[in-house]
Amino acid sequence: MTLTGTAEAGAAKAPPVPPPGRAGGRASAARRAWRTFSPYAYLAPFFTLFAAFGLFPLLYTAYVSLYRVELQTPGDLQWRGFGNYASIFGDEFFWTALRNTFTIGVLSTVPQLAMALGLAHLLNYKLRGRTFIRTAMLLPYATSVAAATLVFAQLFGRDFGLINYVLGLVGISPVDWQTGTVASQIAVSSIVIWRWTGYNALIYLAGMQSIPSELYEAAEVDGASRWRQFVHVTLPGLRPTIVFTVVVSTIGATQLFGEPLLFEGSISGGISHQYQTLGLYMYEQGWGFFHLGRAAAIAWVMFVVIVLLVGVNALLARRRSRKEAGR
Amino acid sequence: MTALTAPPNPPTEPVAEPAAAGRTKPPGRGVRAGRTLHGGRLSYLILAVALLFSAFPFYWTIVAASRSNADLAKVPPSLLPGPNLIGNFEAVLEQADIGKALLNSLIVSGSITVGTVLCSTLAGFAFAKLRFRGRGMLLALTIGTMMIPPQLGVIPLFMLIAELQWVNQLQSVILPGLVSAFGVFFMRQYLVQSLPDELIEAARVDGASYARIFWSIVVPIARPGMAVLGMLTFMAAWNDFFWPIIALSSQNPTVQVALRQLGGGYVHDQSVIMAGTLLGTLPVLLVFGLLGRQIVGGIMQGAVKG
Repeated sequence: MTLTGTAEAGAAKAPPVPPPGRAGGRASAARRAWRTFSPYAYLAPFFTLFAAFGLFPLLYTAYVSLYRVELQTPGDLQWRGFGNYASIFGDEFFWTALRNTFTIGVLSTVPQLAMALGLAHLLNYKLRGRTFIRTAMLLPYATSVAAATLVFAQLFGRDFGLINYVLGLVGISPVDWQTGTVASQIAVSSIVIWRWTGYNALIYLAGMQSIPSELYEAAEVDGASRWRQFVHVTLPGLRPTIVFTVVVSTIGATQLFGEPLLFEGSISGGISHQYQTLGLYMYEQGWGFFHLGRAAAIAWVMFVVIVLLVGVNALLARRRSRKEAGR
Repeated sequence: MTALTAPPNPPTEPVAEPAAAGRTKPPGRGVRAGRTLHGGRLSYLILAVALLFSAFPFYWTIVAASRSNADLAKVPPSLLPGPNLIGNFEAVLEQADIGKALLNSLIVSGSITVGTVLCSTLAGFAFAKLRFRGRGMLLALTIGTMMIPPQLGVIPLFMLIAELQWVNQLQSVILPGLVSAFGVFFMRQYLVQSLPDELIEAARVDGASYARIFWSIVVPIARPGMAVLGMLTFMAAWNDFFWPIIALSSQNPTVQVALRQLGGGYVHDQSVIMAGTLLGTLPVLLVFGLLGRQIVGGIMQGAVKG
C-alpha cells in the first residue's frame, strides 16, 4: 500500500497529462483545471508519507491500546477494552516511571534553560572569536544520545569514573551514580543538560538579537544598570522565545528514553527502576515483555501528559502577559 | 545561493543569516537590533569554562579510546591520549559491526535528507505561494502535528512494518524518516520571505507550467534554505535512536543501533566501547567541522521564525 503510494508521489512531480476528455477542448479550460489541481500534486509526496507514517500511527495508537497485541504476533488483535490501562495504572512501576519522568524533567530542564539564558547574554556581547565560540557551544548538540550517554556513563563510573576521582580530590567520598535514586537521576539529567544547553543558548541569542536596540538606549538614558536592563528589557523581549524553549524542553523531557536506557544498558532503568522514565517503561513493556497493546496505552498516556503540560504552559504564559499588560 | 555548492567558503559575515546570501530580507536587518556592548574579562572567563565543559567529553572519548582497559581503571586516571587507538578500533570493528553500521547510517541519513528536502520544498512552495481549497486546514494539520513526538506512534508503525516484512531492513527507517512537518514549515517560511510573487506571476504569464516554475524558479531561490534544512535533517537522521533500535537489529544496524549494542553489556572493554563511540561520532563531527557556522546560523534563523 505504501509502496504504490510513494511511487505515485514520485510521479506527481511531473505534470500529469490533462484529463483525456478535455484534450481536444479549449486549452484554457485544461490550464484552469491544471491550476486547480496542481497544488495538490506538490503536496502529494509529503502528505502521502505523512498519512502513512505520521498521522495513521498516532491515531491508531489509541485503537491498539484497547487490544491485546503481542510482539510475536503483531497482526493478531484481541479486544481488551480498558484492560491495558487498568494493568498499567495498577503497576507500581508505572507510577515510579511517571514520577521519575517528572523529577528528571525538572532536574534537566530548569538548570539547562537558566544556564542557556546566562550564556546567551554573554554571547550577545561583542566578542572576539564569537563564531568559534558559538560553533563550539553547539558541538554537544551534534552528538547522538547514544554516544553522549556511553561517554557519560564512563565518566560517572562508581569505582574508576573521572567524576568521582575529581570529587575525591576535593574531599568528597565517591558517589554511587548508578544505584542512588537522586544521584542516578542527577547523572542522567546532566547528559541532557550537556547536550542541549548550547542549543538553547543559541535560540535565546537569536531572540535577544531581535530586540530593538532603542529599548536598551532608552533604558540607558533612564540610568538603568545592566542587570536592570536584563530584567526589564531582555527578559520581557524574550518571553515568546522562553515559552517556546520551555514547551520544546517539556516535550523532550516527557519522552526521555536513550539516556536512561544506555546509562547502564538496562531496560528497567536501574535495579530498582530508580531512573526509569515513561519512554523507557513503554519500551520495556513492548519490547522487553512483548505487550504491544499495553505499550500503546502508555504512549497514549504520554500524549495526554504532554498535552496537559503544554496546556498549563500556555495558560501560565498567557496569564503572565495579561498581568503585565494590566500593570 | 552558493551555500550548497561551496559550503566550506562561506561569506565573511555568515553567522546571523547564512541562508540569506544577500538576497532575502531577514528580519532585523536594516533596523538596528540587539546590542553591541563589548564583553568584559569575566564574560570571556565564564564562556571559557562553559566551552571547557562542552568540549571535555570529546577529549575524554579520545583519551579513553586510545588507552587500554587497564589504564582506565588506574588511580589517578591518565588524562593524555595513549597508544592503543588503532588496536581498539580493530577490536570494535570485530566485536560490533561498526563498518556496516557506518555504511547503513550513511545510506539511511543520505536518503532521508534528500527525500525530506525534496518533499518539504514541494509542499512548502505550495503552502507559501499557491492558492487552493483546504490550504488553511492542511497547514494547520501540519503545524499541529509538529509538536507531537513521533515516538508516540511507534507501536502501530512497528505493526505496519512487521506486516510489510520490513523489520531489519533499511527502508523501515528511511520511509518514516521522510515525514518532517518541521521541514515543510521551515521551507514555507523561507519561501514566503524570499520568493517574490511577481516572479511566479511573470512566469505564469509566459505560459510556464507549475513543474517548470518549480524547477527553474523555486528551487534556485530555495537552495540556501534547502541546504540548511538538509544539514539539520542529516544530523537528526544520523543521531536518531528510538525508532532504529526498534526497527533494526544488530544484524543490520545503523551506528546508533551498534552503539546501543556496545553499551548493552556485550562488550566489557570500556576502551573498546569508547573507540566505537568515537568512530560513530566522527562523521557528524566532520560535517559539523565543515558546516558548523551554517548550522549555527540555521538554528538561529529557525528560532526567529519559529
